[in-house]
Amino acid sequence: MSEPLIRANEVGKKFCRDLKRSLRYGLTDLVSEAIGARRQSSALRPGEFWALQDICFELRRGESLGLIGPNGAGKTTLLRMLNGLIRPDTGRIEVRGRMQALIALGAGFNPILTGRENVYINGAVLGIPKREIDRRFDEIVDFSGVEEFIDAPVQSYSSGMAVRLGFAVAIHMDPDILLVDEVLAVGDLSFRARCSRKLGELKERGVPWILVSHDMGTIRNQTNRVMVLEHGRCSYIGPPDEAISLYRVAASRPAHSSAADSGRNGDDPIETREARITDVRLLNGCGEECAAFRTGDPLRVEVRFETDAAIESAAFGIAFYSGDGDCLTGANTAIDGLEIEKLAGTGSAWFEIGHIPFLPGIYRVRIDLHDRHMGVIDSRVDAAILRVEGGRFVAGLFSTEHRWRVE
Amino acid sequence: MNSRRLAAADGGAAGQDVSQLSLAVYSSEPTLRTPAGLLERMGLDLLDARELGWRLFVRDLSAQYRQSLLGVSWALLPPILIGLVFIVLHSRNVLRLAPTAIPYPVFALVGSLYWQIFVDALNAPLKAVSGARSILTRVQFPREALILSALYSVLFAALLKGLVLVSVLVFFGMPLQPGLLLAPLAIAALIVLGLGIGLALTPLGLLYTDVSSALVVVVQIWFFATPVVYPAPESWPLSLVATLNPVSPLLTAARDLTTLGGISSPLSLIVASGLACAALLAAWIFYRVALPITIERLSA
Repeated sequence: MSEPLIRANEVGKKFCRDLKRSLRYGLTDLVSEAIGARRQSSALRPGEFWALQDICFELRRGESLGLIGPNGAGKTTLLRMLNGLIRPDTGRIEVRGRMQALIALGAGFNPILTGRENVYINGAVLGIPKREIDRRFDEIVDFSGVEEFIDAPVQSYSSGMAVRLGFAVAIHMDPDILLVDEVLAVGDLSFRARCSRKLGELKERGVPWILVSHDMGTIRNQTNRVMVLEHGRCSYIGPPDEAISLYRVAASRPAHSSAADSGRNGDDPIETREARITDVRLLNGCGEECAAFRTGDPLRVEVRFETDAAIESAAFGIAFYSGDGDCLTGANTAIDGLEIEKLAGTGSAWFEIGHIPFLPGIYRVRIDLHDRHMGVIDSRVDAAILRVEGGRFVAGLFSTEHRWRVE
Repeated sequence: MNSRRLAAADGGAAGQDVSQLSLAVYSSEPTLRTPAGLLERMGLDLLDARELGWRLFVRDLSAQYRQSLLGVSWALLPPILIGLVFIVLHSRNVLRLAPTAIPYPVFALVGSLYWQIFVDALNAPLKAVSGARSILTRVQFPREALILSALYSVLFAALLKGLVLVSVLVFFGMPLQPGLLLAPLAIAALIVLGLGIGLALTPLGLLYTDVSSALVVVVQIWFFATPVVYPAPESWPLSLVATLNPVSPLLTAARDLTTLGGISSPLSLIVASGLACAALLAAWIFYRVALPITIERLSA
């Protein structure tokens, strides 16, 4: 395995929410830096918080790392540290080679000057010599798709056009490492296609990149490893599908409930319920509890319940949600025509599917217990988390039970 | 920072052995702890920054004059107007000044033109760096480029003032002395001093707007504490104006070289020039070391 181009070790960065205080800390840091004193940077001062903490990763040639997480999780801060714009407060970052950050597209653009002039200025800011821009000028303009406006002042450009021009300049600098922050989302469809092609070229040359995006499709297609950042910490790093699912589950969880929350619905205190869902387990084909399933595997959901008094004509409902909170499929005993005459004491209900149609990812299982009028007796929103890992190959959104026949 | 610029722009280094690529390390270790490396990087970055510095200067200049009616005359109007005010005051005997060796109008005009060069240099770094806020917080480029673009804009304005100066000398029938050729050296020292002080204030000025507000006031007071429109007092305590104020010997020398062709106290000129150079170097190191910390606060 080759040497990593980026090696980040226990990197941390603290910020201060209060501007006045932040500026004052800046002043004291300035003084201590000017006299060469070591700062007590691993301790938080009043009002400070860790914007990033304990970030460790390596990036090698040919790899592409995605960064996902909610706003304010520290994604951009991490990119800016990697780019050397701000220094880490703890830990160490080593970067080998020339890094190009597609963060500030059109950096140094002056709105009064023409597109042509700005291409040269932007190139100079990004460290591209003039003769190099001379050589590739047509290519850059062609890529940006603003040929007609190249001699008009940039202030007459639409925002998309300006960004496209900036992107075109930046991407033509042939970096060793690329940092991309949420820029593929701008521009029209044809421009996005051109960007993808360009990224593909870079990938062929083994240029690694780090991509920040909220568009999970982009992340899935353009990265082979994804880091999930939550509150400045790396909560997961691994294959994109897994990471995206985890992030979606985390993102769809209501803000006030913690991960350990069972997700019980309804305002009634539990004591007044006449029946409760006590346990939900996911079993595999052999009836054993299983942590991860594969697409196409059989699945059995076991629901244990207890009742205080006998309930007549009850019904069970089950639903599978994607991490985004979309209901993917569901079923209900009453609608399926299964009459449950009476529930009493404790017992179990089973829901079985012959093969799991879901693609790799994380799915939330919701279980409801209804009375005869379809009123809710008990409901568990995140009753269980179904983790699906790669199974047999499928394309598209879900897998279907199928057979081939060739004659 | 320099590394990315040293690599050839085309081809990248995709096929190259990773261990041969330049290494950049970022940590919380103070940069001053490795002074040798710091000075080397400063030098490399300065070389690296030449093209960008020039482009930024050309950009600012062309943008400025595309949006202005009076254009370059803005570089000339303030010192000429100030000079004229004092000429009028003096001619109406409102001011009581010690006699000057050259006609007072020449004395006042040359003085205020040179003073303005110093003030330009003093203001230029903070102006250039503040104007680049948005790229500073988002793009890695040699920060020296901003100093260079500031320097170029000061030199450009100084050049224009030089033209006015020569016209003034010719208009008042002053003999053009060979010493005039030495005047640029003294003016250079004046610029170096201004840049040095301005640069030292820049990181702080980015954090707090107080710095630029204070600078306006200080420049006004400094104007009167410098023998710009009056000859340097020779009796104590007012002579302090000439001895403690580093601008005085430089400005006086520049004016004397321009108008008289010689200087009275070469020693003070040499001391002040040395001081100016030392100030600029120290300010550059401080700027270099302090800027990352300041930038962090701008964007935090």
